[in-house]
Amino acid sequence: MRRSTWLSGPYILWMAIFTIIPLGVVVWFAFTDGAGHFTLDNVLRLGDYLPIFLRSVWMALAAALICLVIGYPAAYYIAGRSPMAQRFLYMLIMLPMCMSFLLRTLAWVALLEDTGIINGFLEALGFTPLHLIRNDGAVILGMVYNYLPYMILPLYTVLLKIDPRLIEAAQDLGCTGAQVFQKVTLPLSVPGIVSGFTMVFVPAISTFYISQKLGSTSSILIGDVIESQFKGAYNFNLGAAMSLGLMVIVFVCTAVMHRFTGDEEVVTL
Amino acid sequence: MKWFNKGFTGLVLLFLYIPMIVLAVASFNTGTSVSSFQGFTLEQYGELFRDGTLLPLLANSLIVAVLSSLCATVLGTAAAMGIHAMGQRSRRLVMTMTNIPMTNPEIVTGVSLALLFAFIGTLMKVNDILGFTTLLIAHITFNLPYVILSVTPKLSQMDPNLREAALDLGCTPFQAFYKVVIHEILPGIISGALMAFTMSLDDFVISYFVYGPRFVTLPVEIYNYTKKPLHPKIYALFTLLFLVILLVMVAMNLLQARDEKHKAAAKRALRGGRRSVQV
Repeated sequence: MRRSTWLSGPYILWMAIFTIIPLGVVVWFAFTDGAGHFTLDNVLRLGDYLPIFLRSVWMALAAALICLVIGYPAAYYIAGRSPMAQRFLYMLIMLPMCMSFLLRTLAWVALLEDTGIINGFLEALGFTPLHLIRNDGAVILGMVYNYLPYMILPLYTVLLKIDPRLIEAAQDLGCTGAQVFQKVTLPLSVPGIVSGFTMVFVPAISTFYISQKLGSTSSILIGDVIESQFKGAYNFNLGAAMSLGLMVIVFVCTAVMHRFTGDEEVVTL
Repeated sequence: MKWFNKGFTGLVLLFLYIPMIVLAVASFNTGTSVSSFQGFTLEQYGELFRDGTLLPLLANSLIVAVLSSLCATVLGTAAAMGIHAMGQRSRRLVMTMTNIPMTNPEIVTGVSLALLFAFIGTLMKVNDILGFTTLLIAHITFNLPYVILSVTPKLSQMDPNLREAALDLGCTPFQAFYKVVIHEILPGIISGALMAFTMSLDDFVISYFVYGPRFVTLPVEIYNYTKKPLHPKIYALFTLLFLVILLVMVAMNLLQARDEKHKAAAKRALRGGRRSVQV
């Protein structure tokens, strides 16, 4: 079958032109000015945006952590059901991912607004309305909501693969339920935790829509700045430098996370 | 503990579905605000089909999704076969390249393609290079990894002797492919194509950076809309799409369940047969 390697030729060519070269173009734009001359200004200006970078990192980390805490018990529960129930629950988790995330995020605006649905209920029950939107908490909520399935699905895949005999063996050897979890189930689910964490962290750190809709003007993220460079300020060079910075952060963070697991153990959907 | 987990998972599902319920309820609302329900009406559904501003946008999205997932499936399946035939080292290299669009943030993919097109535009001295073609190229690019990642495992699971046998029996390599290999890897091809289709249909971030004003897709227009108040007929469209996707998913689940039941029955029959031989 050795001769059929040529079949991947068109694909490699395609990816070279539309993946590798564009990244080169990003680097080129990041290190030039509007007239095309070499400059370090764009990269040096990234320092001014350091607080925004840091805020994006911590919000995305918080969202990923909350997703893990919420997602783990749910994935654990689903993995323990009958095959028919598993399939049904898997579908229920996956379905929201197929629907427009823009509209679903807008629905959260309607829920959280000062005159929104939740406050309407609170008022009807005689409580004072709360200020729920336009703060960091609302942005993190939006991230958790949008990317929770990306945490649950890889966790579920990993938990399903754990050999039940290992758990029985641990029980036979005298482990309590909590010990079984701590010594067997949790270590074996690390690959799922790592890939779930990455799959939440990466889109969360680069989002711009969620922060525009649910955040305040003081809680803008890297994604917002990049978007405004391309769609508002038309400073492609600065936008390219910021994209480069974002790429470096994501690369470093995923590399750190993958230190916890072997290369070939990465789980995808 | 079990009881706690059950309740907790129920709450998680509730959390995931509340916004969708809110939108579905809003589609029957006589008022224009999502937050307050003023009265029941089916007017939005009639409006959706009558005034015809949203349906052409949905058609645009479907055109891009069908074409891009089709191209990605053909290109990606061929590539997967090529990758399968490669040595360890070049395979690893190509798979690293395949993973770039999967691990890069979407906004970076979008920006990098936008810059590439801007670059090509200045080289060709075209001002408005962004349009249908650039959108299609971008969608094919982010769809390809999904196809490859779902076809390559099927190729490694396949018994290589099957293809050898077909070749020995006088098939040309092409005949061996469409008579033998494709049947073995078809589930992978279909799930890759479906994944590509859904990703493409719902993509906003990458499309937003590479679309041109002459060809707008539904998600991009929803984003542009949200700067002004949304017309409620969009919720009607959302609800209808939800029902369609729900039906497709339930149907696929039932088919899969039936398939697995058949396989399990066959396996049981085989095992039973063996046992009787032993006796």
